[in-house]
Amino acid sequence: MALKIVKGSIDRMFDKNLQDLVRGIRNHKEDEAKYISTCIDEIKQELKQDNIAVKANAVCKLTYLQMLGYDVSWAAFNIVEVMSSSKFTYKRIGYLAASQCFHESTDVIMLTTNQIRKDLSSPNQYDTGVALTGLSCFVTPDLARDLANDIMTLMSHTKPYIRKKAVLIMYKVFLKYPESLRPAFPRLKEKLEDPDPGVQSAAVNVICELARRNPKNYLSLAPLFFKLMTSSTNNWVLIKIIKLFGALTPLEPRLGKKLIEPLTNLIHSTSAMSLLYECVNTVIAVLISLSSGMPNHSASIQLCVQKLRILIEDSDQNLKYLGLLAMSKILKTHPKSVQSHKDLILQCLDDKDESIRLRALDLLYGMVSKKNLMEIVKKLMLHVDKAEGTTYRDELLTKIIDICSQSNYQYITNFEWYISILVELTRLEGTRHGHLIASQMLDVAIRVKAIRAFAVAQMATLLDNAHLLTGNTQRNGICEVLYAAAWICGEFSEHLENPMQTLEAMLRPKVATLPGHIQAVYVQNAAKLFATVLKGEEGNTDGTAAQEASQLMIDRLPLFVQSANLEVQERASCILQLVKYIQKLQQKDVEVAEEVDALFAGELNPVAPKAQKKVPVPEGLDLDAWINEPPSESESEDEQPKAIFAKEEPKHSRPRHTEVDEKELARRREARKQEQANNPFYIKASPSSQKVYQEAPGVEHIPVVQIDLNVPLKVPGLPMSDQYVKMEEERRQKERAEKKKKEKKKRKEKRSGRGKKHDSAPESEEDITPAHMVDIVTEEMPENALPSDDDERDPTDPHKALDIDLDRPLADSEKLPVRSHRAAEAQKSPTDGETENATLQEPKKKNSKEKREKKRDKERDRKKSKEEKKKKKHKHEDKEEDLLGGQADEPVLQSEETSQVAEPPTSSSTTAEEAATVAAAAPEPSVTAPDSEPDEPKDTEMEETKSSKHKKKKQKKEKEEKEKKKKKKHHHHHHHSDGAGEESVQNGTVEEEEPLPPMSNYCLLAENSYIKMMMEDAEEVYDIQGNLQDGSQVVVSVIFENKCSSFLKSMEFNVLDSLNSKLQRPEGSGPHDGLVVPFQLPPGVSNEARFVFTVQSIVMPQKLKGTLTFIVKNEDDSTHEKLDFKLHFTCTSYLITTPCYSDAFAKLLESGDLKSSSLRLEGVNMPFHHLLARICFHHHFSVVERIDSCASMYSRSIQGHHVCLLVKTSAQTVSIDAKCDEPTLLGNVLDEIKQTFSQC
Amino acid sequence: MIKAILIFNNHGKPRLSKFYEHYNEDTEQQIIRETFHLVSKRDENVCNFLEGGLLIGGLDYKLIYRHYATLYFVFCVDSSESELGILDLIQVFVETLDKCFENVCELDLIFHVDKVHHILAEMVMGGMVLETNMNEIITQVDAQNKMEKSEAGIAGAPARAVSAVKNMNLPEMPKNINIGDISIK
Repeated sequence: MALKIVKGSIDRMFDKNLQDLVRGIRNHKEDEAKYISTCIDEIKQELKQDNIAVKANAVCKLTYLQMLGYDVSWAAFNIVEVMSSSKFTYKRIGYLAASQCFHESTDVIMLTTNQIRKDLSSPNQYDTGVALTGLSCFVTPDLARDLANDIMTLMSHTKPYIRKKAVLIMYKVFLKYPESLRPAFPRLKEKLEDPDPGVQSAAVNVICELARRNPKNYLSLAPLFFKLMTSSTNNWVLIKIIKLFGALTPLEPRLGKKLIEPLTNLIHSTSAMSLLYECVNTVIAVLISLSSGMPNHSASIQLCVQKLRILIEDSDQNLKYLGLLAMSKILKTHPKSVQSHKDLILQCLDDKDESIRLRALDLLYGMVSKKNLMEIVKKLMLHVDKAEGTTYRDELLTKIIDICSQSNYQYITNFEWYISILVELTRLEGTRHGHLIASQMLDVAIRVKAIRAFAVAQMATLLDNAHLLTGNTQRNGICEVLYAAAWICGEFSEHLENPMQTLEAMLRPKVATLPGHIQAVYVQNAAKLFATVLKGEEGNTDGTAAQEASQLMIDRLPLFVQSANLEVQERASCILQLVKYIQKLQQKDVEVAEEVDALFAGELNPVAPKAQKKVPVPEGLDLDAWINEPPSESESEDEQPKAIFAKEEPKHSRPRHTEVDEKELARRREARKQEQANNPFYIKASPSSQKVYQEAPGVEHIPVVQIDLNVPLKVPGLPMSDQYVKMEEERRQKERAEKKKKEKKKRKEKRSGRGKKHDSAPESEEDITPAHMVDIVTEEMPENALPSDDDERDPTDPHKALDIDLDRPLADSEKLPVRSHRAAEAQKSPTDGETENATLQEPKKKNSKEKREKKRDKERDRKKSKEEKKKKKHKHEDKEEDLLGGQADEPVLQSEETSQVAEPPTSSSTTAEEAATVAAAAPEPSVTAPDSEPDEPKDTEMEETKSSKHKKKKQKKEKEEKEKKKKKKHHHHHHHSDGAGEESVQNGTVEEEEPLPPMSNYCLLAENSYIKMMMEDAEEVYDIQGNLQDGSQVVVSVIFENKCSSFLKSMEFNVLDSLNSKLQRPEGSGPHDGLVVPFQLPPGVSNEARFVFTVQSIVMPQKLKGTLTFIVKNEDDSTHEKLDFKLHFTCTSYLITTPCYSDAFAKLLESGDLKSSSLRLEGVNMPFHHLLARICFHHHFSVVERIDSCASMYSRSIQGHHVCLLVKTSAQTVSIDAKCDEPTLLGNVLDEIKQTFSQC
Repeated sequence: MIKAILIFNNHGKPRLSKFYEHYNEDTEQQIIRETFHLVSKRDENVCNFLEGGLLIGGLDYKLIYRHYATLYFVFCVDSSESELGILDLIQVFVETLDKCFENVCELDLIFHVDKVHHILAEMVMGGMVLETNMNEIITQVDAQNKMEKSEAGIAGAPARAVSAVKNMNLPEMPKNINIGDISIK
């Protein structure tokens, strides 16, 4: 063996380690991929070795390769192997690899539950730490559920190092398993006042994260945080708390008022910029929340703004950035205080740092007013000219448009100016935002009726100069503007001064180089223009102009008829035929203008963005129902174009929309033709696709910017009706008059040469009247529009599940899944197990049951009656607990321990009862008590009478009682369980024993007033390197929790060895010596110890008797105590979850070496996957294959026995056929499975 | 919450990547590339905050980075973290690395990325700040390294010797010597 190890390590020396790999990669720069692939092959070989060190090395290298982008998920199982190494070195490598590449869909994760649990309870704090760190990265809902309780226990670990990690990871657990929040919350809250600053900080961190998402549930913590804020000196904690207050204060203005003063003090006193900044931020939040009610805080605002100004003026760019960021928050509610710093902000626009410029831009958005809009935009336009990178220039462009269009164009007093700004923006080369400008043009032209004439004139010029824009069509997004221009000129052609000229411009051959969707709009709108021309010429007897127009159309349209674009082609040919017909009529001198004009009659109004959604669904109409069954094949064909469509569609760009529509149309047509040939149902099945399309040609996609419906544009000083009366001519005249008046004074934009003017700066906002009569047409909504359109929260938001009322007292049904089924079983003593079980689970229902139980008890004997009283007391306690449920001063364990606290009395009472019946003479635990029956020390029995008397007293004066107890010997002491201070515990015995069911589940053994012992786990140490023949080890972890107010020390754990199972003792100690538990327990503390047993034969379950002795130390005296217990090793505990591939599994079954047995379970009504999960979880099996309601499962014992299960379920019956090479083992395992299911 | 921690050099070569949310390997590489592009084109003397990596996060997220010699340290965080606090944290991280590696340089990170991970794990856990006190971090890291050494014990000695030899900048280890044959059977 030793030789093997030596040889192994010598071989291993020449495997590549991580450094060699890195060096190798660096030496193979030219063929890195090839080199890495050979390395991966080597790694695969190494992973096949038995030597765990080799495996760990390989996994370590894989972690590196993962960083370089190689998928290493194929090695997931090897990672799990390395994680389960007993050596910290390898374990850490394994967990690191797992944290880098495991995620929720990694299937081997389900194999790790027990391993992680084992590591969490490891006596070595770094094993625990590494497991927590790893788990934090890959926790899944299943892991969270299974491990929540273990982690919660760790929150009270003795080592702050573990506590802080456990506290932090709870947040992840909450996210994955929201049910754990309420039970864990009291303990979390307690950690806010942990003596260790790291733990405290972690708890603050977690609660802040929680509160950020659902602040209202955490308002009740405000006083506690307030206290922390005024007492803490840790800046990290302060920052978090102050941020948290920022989230809470909008919900509770009173809190805000209280905060102002301490925050102001902090602002004045702190030297830490980070803290100062967060304080300012929170003060701002407070001010925002108060802004409606209290105007008195101008001093605070001034303070904030001043401080921010200092930040912004600082030479540190970071502070400047943050100052601007915070400033933008003030802006929302106190724009005036910010506006006075406009100079500073405009100055930031010139900063060399783009982040800062962008922040300053954001601020501008809020700083504009009617008064300064033009000035600011002018400045921005200058920046646009200067800007180097197109990104920043595009950002400026969108910002200009945002600023101008905000709140329904609230700040624009002169739309002519705005249109000319838009036109000017079209001169930008290479911008991506052509569609944005286009949609603005359309929006303004449609919604501001008064501006149409001006807009049309501008657009006509644009069309005329289209060649300037289309210079390089390919990479130029700006030609989208022509789409808008053409549409506006066509739709509002009555405003055109010279429609004929525009018509000519729109039919130039060069147009054919534009993108298809724009051409289509050109063609359609040429027709509109044509109609206008005809109408204009109607009065003329001459008619030559009209005929010229017709001829122009007939000459130019054929170019478009030949277009490759179907949409253009179709429209052009329709219109061409129409015009030809018209020409014929014209030649016969028929008046056609009216009829042609009728083609385009009617006004198009903007439609509200949500209008479609708001159309109420008529009663009885089910939109999801198929009209006809869908044709199966066509689906996939349609899907692809849709995906492309969705990808391409930009937010505002209707033009694109059309284009894609066309593509889609083309595809659909083709698809339809094919379908028609093959599938007679096709037409019926999707009758609408084409029709819908035709009903919505591009022209009618009127772009509408999203505008808040309820805020129609307010144009001060102008009644709405006036605007409708205004005629175009009047407006022009007025414009001209104004121009003359103001031209000299306030000429703003020389380049455009058009009416850019602004108002002579009026004194106040209210005085400003718009230069033009404008009207914004509100958008149309369907009749009966549904009123509600609240944006619902994203249903996938994981935090939604955490919106939980934390103040409501905890119901017992909510307690975390403790590994309690054994404990529950333990309660089922022959006499009153049932009742106790009920007590455990539903204390509220206890009353009646306990009464029953009382009666029963009375019939028995005196002692029992005393115990009843205890129970009564217990009942009271429970009630009390419920009432106290959510109170802040409740000690940590409140939630989870409600049940646990409830438990000890009952179990101890049984113990007493047993002791009485079985007789004191028999020192060994009675056989009748199943697994976990606590054996009562004789002392207890003798003291019983006394203690029950004490209990009576306690009922009256609990506190006094405590002190009395202290004076007395602790045998009698009823320790108030630390879970709830009020709790009195009846049993004098210090310890309760724990039967140690070697299940993978945690098992609450029992608990009494002094100490709670839980058997955490019994696991097999299965050394991957080791030999199976070496004998097998079972590790039992026991948690000792001191429940009394005294110090427990000198604990010694001893077990009476059997032939088969022996406690491993340190060398040199005799076979009957106890093992010293390596720690002492201060009051309220728990810790865990692990004990290793060697087991020879594993085919039978085993029970071992043991004793725990310890000293209870009070201030004045100390006493020896002892506690007997029984360890129970089930056969299940000898099984190791081992994955098995289905082919290997099949071979195994075929081999014929296995004996079979079977089991039937009736009345199991849980979902099949739950059932499987239970078997996997409790009995260490893994699922090989699952088909419907049938699954094959596999596990292996520590000595290499194969156990195969075939689980089938139908109705409520589950049948399990099992095979194993060891029939006795199999029989026992099946019995245990049966037992598991009989409990649920 | 911290969503990701990235370290890469001036050429965008990743030196450490820690994602606290799952992405597949391709996306991770893309994020690293994108982040590198965003960060690397910024001058020195500009602020250390960047908004809007498109791939990672969204509006609520910021990139907070620091540039040390040849390395960029980038944290992607959401709005619950204090910007200046994270900057401090990066500083603490780098100083801790400096203590642990004794004058840390890029090569240390290249060859000991696992150790960097272990150090980071003592500072940030699951995307939340665990510890900001440098002494505490170093104490815990040292204690774990000590454990590792004691575990290696005698069995680890030959391997250590070999790796010491490997680390001497000898041209290339004579790998063709077949040590396997002379090993004791």
